[in-house]
Amino acid sequence: MRLRILVLGLGNILLTDEGLGVRAVERLAAAHDLPENVEVLDGGTLGLDLLPRLEGVDALLLVDAVQAGGEPGALVRLEGDAIQAALAVKISVHQVGLRELLAVSAFQGTRPPHIVLWGMAPAVIDWGLELSPLVAARLDALAEAVAQELRAWGADIDH
Amino acid sequence: MPDTYLPLVANTTAPRRIAIDPITRIEGHLRIEVEIAGGKIVDAWSSGTAFRGLEMVLRGRDPRDAWIFAERICGVCTTVHAIASVRAVENALGITVPDNARIIRNLLEAIQFVQDHVIHFYHLHALDWVDVVSAVAADPAATSALQQSISNWPNNSPAYFASVQSKLSGFVASGQLGIFANGYWGHPAYKLPPEGNLLAVAHYLEALDWQREVIKFQALLGGKNPHPQTYLVGGVAVPVDPASSAAINADKIAQLKTKAALALDFVNRVYYPDLQLVASFYPEWAGYGGTAGEYLSFGDFPVDNSGGLAALYLPRGIVRGNNLAAPPEPLDQSLIQEYVTRSWYQYAAGDGVGLHPSVGETQPNYTGPQAYYEHLDTDGKYSWLKAPRYNGAAMEVGPLARMAVAYAAGHGRVRELVGALLAKLGLPAAALFSTIGRMAARGIETVVIAEQMAAWIGQLEANMNAGRLAIHDGTRWDPATWPAEASGWGATEAPRGALGHWLRIKAGKIENYQAVVATIWNGSPRDDRGQRGPWEQSLIGTPVVDPARPVEVLRTIHSFDPCMSCAVHVVDAAGSEVTRIQVVP
Repeated sequence: MRLRILVLGLGNILLTDEGLGVRAVERLAAAHDLPENVEVLDGGTLGLDLLPRLEGVDALLLVDAVQAGGEPGALVRLEGDAIQAALAVKISVHQVGLRELLAVSAFQGTRPPHIVLWGMAPAVIDWGLELSPLVAARLDALAEAVAQELRAWGADIDH
Repeated sequence: MPDTYLPLVANTTAPRRIAIDPITRIEGHLRIEVEIAGGKIVDAWSSGTAFRGLEMVLRGRDPRDAWIFAERICGVCTTVHAIASVRAVENALGITVPDNARIIRNLLEAIQFVQDHVIHFYHLHALDWVDVVSAVAADPAATSALQQSISNWPNNSPAYFASVQSKLSGFVASGQLGIFANGYWGHPAYKLPPEGNLLAVAHYLEALDWQREVIKFQALLGGKNPHPQTYLVGGVAVPVDPASSAAINADKIAQLKTKAALALDFVNRVYYPDLQLVASFYPEWAGYGGTAGEYLSFGDFPVDNSGGLAALYLPRGIVRGNNLAAPPEPLDQSLIQEYVTRSWYQYAAGDGVGLHPSVGETQPNYTGPQAYYEHLDTDGKYSWLKAPRYNGAAMEVGPLARMAVAYAAGHGRVRELVGALLAKLGLPAAALFSTIGRMAARGIETVVIAEQMAAWIGQLEANMNAGRLAIHDGTRWDPATWPAEASGWGATEAPRGALGHWLRIKAGKIENYQAVVATIWNGSPRDDRGQRGPWEQSLIGTPVVDPARPVEVLRTIHSFDPCMSCAVHVVDAAGSEVTRIQVVP
């Protein structure tokens, strides 16, 4: 049986690079023919409203702006417990919503068994709809990293 | 490890100042500093700590698109920002939406109120009153008896509560208690017995299941979950057509009725009784948390298409000084002004003036301390929130304001519920103007709105059956029909309080756009006259048992349902400590 996969882009698109997760999953969906078992969702800053979306999901791929101390544009990959640990020291700008989402789903028993977070360090966070030139130039790299992860999960991309 | 408030310095003698940062359990950033002397709060300062500038995104855009961006301001309040935005444009251009659009907007807003209030109670506010960890020690049989004493909700057996307790015990043992971040487990200010705590935990989980079903109500009305796509300047984008399977039809109406009944049932048999149970263990909180008693409600839920104020199901108006005996004063939106005397902005005409939002300016002028500061300079500017005032007065907005205005206006159902609740809790009318009163107002309002949904669905059904299918007035859709310049405002009520959007249109584009959200009213800093904002007022006089764990502050601030993501947003440097409490001499 094929895995049910959810690719969840997070962030506020009104705040330039803060919305890079949303922009990256849009790029992913535009650049690839995704199979039926892969759902791509613009989660914005919705937090707990996304809870029902996690039900029945086998593998969750989070895409978010991540401030991990790296250079702007640096890619970050976290998996499993490392996500929860990283959230405790605040790496994502929506950490509170995301941490709660994952914790509540765990308490409820709906937390997807497999979770990976792909992120990129933002360059600019300020009011505006456009990504910074640096992050915009790196967006394909993030979208491709996500696509590669999906392939590794057995998703039948572009067929 | 969950966020915890770490005492950096403790056990000093009074007076002392403590900072609570952040105070919301959901996204957003807010900081409160309080000064404590003799075990009580003697002064308070509220600060939003990130810059707000929606207008910078919207300037120069097509006003018909504004709502799409406005609903992104806040992940919690998408619907109400969209409604305020389309109403502002419709007001500027003189558009009246068709009856079906009015009803569909009412229903979308109503379900957001009901869902938001219930989730606020269980997920955000209950943790100030419910000691989750204590529930591990509860007796399931006694919990069952307690449940049956407050409501006839069917999930009431000892076995049911034992299963919830087992789930909770496993979760606590696994060290994942981060879900309940910011709780002060074991704090002496928690008064509920273990059984009350277990009951609340069970209903916390049930509320999440309930929410999953209730959210589908929005999808039935064409809202693209998660971000609503239903709105449209001039109406809504979801067709009403009994002959179409893609439109609102008889089948969808039936489903709406089912979901609305489900929403009301949970409110009546779980949320409202639980709220009363919690209140009954904290009667002293009917004596804390009040403001100066100046209340503002824009009102909402038009019951017909007359556009008249009398047609608002929740009325518009102003109540002064907690006086519910006189009818509310009429509200004149031109008397709203925002001050930046104590906020990190500058006005071209000087910081001592107030500006109406239609001519609002957002020019940052940060004078505060650099990062990692211990305290704000509360003698100067100290917040990214402006200070909105109505005719010079700081106004409380939100459920208590709406219920005060409705009560004063003679709203029959509100009066009935207020009277019954006070009688049941054995509290005097003055108890309304408090932290408990604010929670009770939220509960009463939830009942009133949830009850009304069936009537609005019935109106929609009647229109559909009579062939009145219009959902959009497109006569002024084309910018060629617009005046060269126009300005307008859109008012609505968000669950957390009055929400207004103001805009000016010039040559078909947005010239200026300002949103004044509920948390800016309630969380505002001092103004040109040094007058405190409502939160600052509400904290004074509150006892704080343990300054290192000031759960008392959270109880009152959370009773306002703060949503800082509307007002400000988190922008933190990597590795900065975001949650902390400091106690200094």
